[in-house]
Amino acid sequence: PPRYRRERALALRSSSSALYNNLTVLCPPARPARAFGAVHGTTLSLLGPEGPPRQLPARGGSALSTPLLTQAAWCELPARVLLVLTSQRGVQMYEADGSTLVFWHALDVPEHPAAHSVFARGISAAGERFICVGTSSGAVLVFDIPPKGTNVTLSEVLEQHRDPITDIAAEQGQAPEGAGDLVTADDSGTLCLWSTGEEFTLLGKIPGSGCTCSSVTLWNGIVAAGYGNGQIRLWEAGTGQLRAQVSAHARWIYALDLAPLTGKLLSGAEDSFVHVWRLSRDPDTDDVEIQHCHAECVTDTQVCGARFCDPSGDTFAVTGYDLSEILCYGPA
Amino acid sequence: MSARTLPLLFLNLGGEMLYILDQRLRAQSIPGEKARKDEWTDVDRKRVMNDIISTMFNRKFMEELFKPQELYSKKALRTVYDRLAHASIMRLNQASMDKLYDLMTMAFKYQVLLCPRPRDILLVTFNHLDAIKDFIYESPGILNQVDETFRQLIETYNCLSDGEFQLIRQTLLIFFQDMHIRVSIFLKDKVQNSNGRFALPISGPVPWGTEVPGLIRIFNHKGVEVKRTEFTTAGNYVAPQREGSFELYGDRVLKLGTNMYSVSRPVETHVAGSAKNLASRAKENTVPNPLAKEELNFLARLLGGLDIQKPAAGETGFRLNLFTTDEEEEHAAQTRPEDLSYKVINIEATQEPGQRAELSRILGELEVAEPRPGSVEKGEDLLALMDGL
Repeated sequence: PPRYRRERALALRSSSSALYNNLTVLCPPARPARAFGAVHGTTLSLLGPEGPPRQLPARGGSALSTPLLTQAAWCELPARVLLVLTSQRGVQMYEADGSTLVFWHALDVPEHPAAHSVFARGISAAGERFICVGTSSGAVLVFDIPPKGTNVTLSEVLEQHRDPITDIAAEQGQAPEGAGDLVTADDSGTLCLWSTGEEFTLLGKIPGSGCTCSSVTLWNGIVAAGYGNGQIRLWEAGTGQLRAQVSAHARWIYALDLAPLTGKLLSGAEDSFVHVWRLSRDPDTDDVEIQHCHAECVTDTQVCGARFCDPSGDTFAVTGYDLSEILCYGPA
Repeated sequence: MSARTLPLLFLNLGGEMLYILDQRLRAQSIPGEKARKDEWTDVDRKRVMNDIISTMFNRKFMEELFKPQELYSKKALRTVYDRLAHASIMRLNQASMDKLYDLMTMAFKYQVLLCPRPRDILLVTFNHLDAIKDFIYESPGILNQVDETFRQLIETYNCLSDGEFQLIRQTLLIFFQDMHIRVSIFLKDKVQNSNGRFALPISGPVPWGTEVPGLIRIFNHKGVEVKRTEFTTAGNYVAPQREGSFELYGDRVLKLGTNMYSVSRPVETHVAGSAKNLASRAKENTVPNPLAKEELNFLARLLGGLDIQKPAAGETGFRLNLFTTDEEEEHAAQTRPEDLSYKVINIEATQEPGQRAELSRILGELEVAEPRPGSVEKGEDLLALMDGL
């Protein structure tokens, strides 16, 4: 029997672009009611429960040429929530409702375009007081976020990746001993495991095999990674051991999300499908388990964003390329 | 975003343009012996194709094209195709040019969307080039030019990673975002829905390098596989047969980018935008747009490299109609929704006098003499011809 059904569609002012992880959701209690954000070209469309939908533009261009956004994500830290936008020019950080610009970091952009594109991509809160942002050079920028105000500083630059960063994820459950609490992923499929703090420490590296890892989550020491060949792989964060391999999608995976209270995993891809899986660990053998729970086909749409809208994974939302709506699904 | 997108965009759009022009020229051509002085013949058609192709693959032009650069606006790119389409004795009215551009862009958007792997965009490009070589196989000089570009494509793109190709694909999809013009040949083949969106199949071969979805494999902490389970979905996928060739010659396997037009399938477009599209497009067009300085530079460089042939003294330009009758063309021109007009670039609106002068000079050089007064344009008797069918 189906576990979910389509509930409603929220109208966006503009359609979503084909970018990895192109949906961000802010849930209660961080916000009174859910808010959504999706990128369209040079702007971020924000949908909240109160007020009309708003749009935030990318910064750093000239009057006649605006840079393209690559991603947007709400970062929830204990002291505050910031809305982070990445683009071809740099990193913009706003208060959660998008009203005030808190911080702007400009990337080093060459005078004339070089063969290798320059952009920031990959956003995550980390270690209770940092926000990490990836770049096209493979460098990961670590920003130290004060509990209030605009005094954000660049605390560290992590240089372990040689290919453009695609996604970054923080541990959403309890990290086992020695497992690290942050994972970064890149275009070549290489995954790096980190322990966060005053200084970030590289704990391990899982080499890629040339297949892009476009989306990644970390939960109870299990890395779930989505790849360009449609596979989902589960890795042991502590040892770097492959624990599961799923032929999940027929096309490039664009989004993964995890519900920390239940271990449900959501995947969305260019093949029009959104799947819900359940991760677990066998207490005796310590084997990782992954079961398929539900499949949803978004007809004639290449999915580019998928997020759970509650920590148990009872509801989720989806965006697609050229789609001017956010599709919401709830319990059947 | 990717600075390597332009050559692929230009060559594939150019390829589609040639397919359409070839089909329309064939549809409107008359056998050589029967033709009057003012009618299209096969010889005329080949000449037009040769002229346009040799202009497109001009070495200096290709050099400019392959330089790393951002994509420019649809407007700026349209200007280049306008010039290209007029690189020979053929003339197109605004309405026919609009329709041509609509068809070109929707076709390539479809191909980009349906490419199994991002890397397959290169195979689509090779399909277009293979067909272009067929158009001019009798002209070794032009064939050489095309092969040169082929080699440059292989050199530039074959070594790129899948991630870099996906970035190119994402850049192209941003360029094509929100375009939902309905094309009758797509609607008939059920490749496009009546709302203008493309049908995305959930069956057929999976991309090369992807497995058919369904298998879950579990490994223990030593890396030994301990369990296999399966899941099923509505999709109906099969394994792919073989990979297409990325060499200069070879079976591309992929059909995207091959010629889908033929003389018996006339192509119409419907350009009614939906309400949603109107909102986003209207915004784009209300701001008076002096061309960005970078776009002007781009045009000056590209068009400067175009070596446009002027018709010899005594020759007249011949008009090609992309619609079935002159009246249809006229009607299309009058009823094209404001939000879908490709406003041809207004050079005078630019701020830079030096820039303006340079571009005007280049564009001036490209102007071809108008038909002599008194000569009959081939297009005018098309109506009579159609009545006779």
